[in-house]
Amino acid sequence: MTSSTQSDPIIKIDQVSKTYPGDVQAVKNVSLEVHQGEFFALLGPSGCGKTTLLRMLAGFEIPNEGTIMIDGEDMTDVQPNARCVNMVFQSYAVFPHMTVAENVGYGLKVDRVKKKEIQERVAEALELVRLGDLGARMPDELSGGQRQRVALARALVKRPKVLLLDEPLSALDAKLREAMQMELVRLQKTVGITFIIVTHDQSEALSMANRIAVMEGGTVRQIATPEELYEDPNSRFVADFIGQINLFDGTAVASQTEEKVCATVEPFGTMEIWGETLGPVSLAIRPEKINIDIEKPTTSEHPMAQGTVTDIAYYGGYSNVFVDVAGTRIMAEVSNDTRIRSSTFERGTKVWISFNAEDALALGD
Amino acid sequence: MSWIKNPFKRDTRKNPAGPLDYYRKLWLRLAVIGTLFFLYAPIVNLIAFSFNDSRRNIVWRGFTLKYYEKAWANDSLMVAFGNSLTIALITTVFAVILGALSAYVMWRFKFPFRAVYEGGMALPIVIPEICMGVAMMVFFARVGWPTDLPYPLNLSAITIAHIAFSFPFAAIVIRARLETFNTELSESAQDLGASELQVFRNIIIPHMKPGLIAGALLSFTLSLDDFVITFFTSGPNTLTFPVKIYSMVRFSVTPEVNAASTVLIGLTLILTALALKLQNRDKELPIV
Repeated sequence: MTSSTQSDPIIKIDQVSKTYPGDVQAVKNVSLEVHQGEFFALLGPSGCGKTTLLRMLAGFEIPNEGTIMIDGEDMTDVQPNARCVNMVFQSYAVFPHMTVAENVGYGLKVDRVKKKEIQERVAEALELVRLGDLGARMPDELSGGQRQRVALARALVKRPKVLLLDEPLSALDAKLREAMQMELVRLQKTVGITFIIVTHDQSEALSMANRIAVMEGGTVRQIATPEELYEDPNSRFVADFIGQINLFDGTAVASQTEEKVCATVEPFGTMEIWGETLGPVSLAIRPEKINIDIEKPTTSEHPMAQGTVTDIAYYGGYSNVFVDVAGTRIMAEVSNDTRIRSSTFERGTKVWISFNAEDALALGD
Repeated sequence: MSWIKNPFKRDTRKNPAGPLDYYRKLWLRLAVIGTLFFLYAPIVNLIAFSFNDSRRNIVWRGFTLKYYEKAWANDSLMVAFGNSLTIALITTVFAVILGALSAYVMWRFKFPFRAVYEGGMALPIVIPEICMGVAMMVFFARVGWPTDLPYPLNLSAITIAHIAFSFPFAAIVIRARLETFNTELSESAQDLGASELQVFRNIIIPHMKPGLIAGALLSFTLSLDDFVITFFTSGPNTLTFPVKIYSMVRFSVTPEVNAASTVLIGLTLILTALALKLQNRDKELPIV
């Protein structure tokens, strides 16, 4: 997968727009490329156009403008049953009147594959999703997770060039979802097929995908690796959408250092931080990158301010401490890394907030 | 402070009926008993007296099967029974096919005036049967439909009328069934390579099956016991079972009529049980 980003794109979406009757523009001028063997995620809040984009790849929607190339062929308005992509639906859409094996073999049957080959490939696919001995079961005798595996096997048995997954884990409970995330990654590595997953769950996208396209209002806001998205978001929207972040309004002017700006942000004053936007900006810093101390920190070059703890939210592994600094609410993450601690902070404690200016970003819209 | 009732302490002496425990209220029990009595007592009575060893349906005089033999030996009754079954079977086949197709069209496609078409199709359900019967009679007279054809073509006018009034019932039942269809199922089949026709055959028809069975049962029983429309559309030489019974009853209600009716009831019961059994075999998956 390391060489994948250099090869020809398996999917090339070029300036695609989709407008529904009634002037609802679901997708606006989206261009993106997905490479062979990638695990690609379309991430965004509901109504951002990610599902419409996926359905255009599957052929259930035809774009009004733009082209969709799959493996070098123009597939923009080819029927779904003639595309070399397969989809796993949100409801799994397992055929209730067929056995597991019949479900998995259905796509091969309509392709008139020989009976013997169907049997072999179905067995192989069921083995792949670890349902080896359940071929004779009816779908209503399966759990939700097992039905999901049937849907996966049914799509993979066709050996598609790209597998599309529409919110595949949203119907599973938390524990099972986590297990299925690992399973999907394992599966993708085993078969080497390009996966494109649509999800609104950022942790799902971050943990599974090689690259993520963050969408909002029908447009792509940023396409990047999970780490880049988290540590180097290109806009306030992406920074705010992925994980938790503190955003402070301020202004930026040009600085001596390349790719940096001089930002003036209350209550921290002026500092040099990463960013390219000038004028009104948001200083963005992740809560875990903020230090919180009772004593005034000695590292004098760090931006710092004194405030009062207003709230503490306990999450087990970590706590979020909210500090009020002259009317600005700042969230700092404190790791609960020892079992027995004297509780340092409580409501009303006077604390010092500081951070390394290298960890902050100046972001525009 | 003992007069304040502790809401958490259960009163063990009395167990008062809750607001929704209707079955424990006397008036409701009486209503249920009354309903069941007026519904089923006449039918039970009819069946019981078909085994009564007496010319008249008044006093029980002992068990006999002779009226079944007599009904069996009554040629014109048997011919009428055969006619009715023939009409009902043909009607069922056509009503289900037409009903399924129109239900599918209305469910699957959007076209102008769909609501008008849908309403128009339900019209035979609301039009009084007597009007429909007269209309059918006038229609067949106007087109000069032949009445002297050999069996089973002599039943064609009645059958056409039956199909016309029973297929909307089938369509409504099947339409209701289609509403529960998860469209991701057909999309999924299409995604796996199935053509529109294959999706219809392999995915949609199996889903429609309970609706098809219910629609078939409905049109079969509607056709089998229809009197009014049949009366107006039957030729001089074609009798159906309900019309024949009516003509027999005009002279006197003999146990022979009871016997024939009992057979009819038994037949419909068996068919219903069969249809229910077929329906229950299909278990649903939750739509997540």
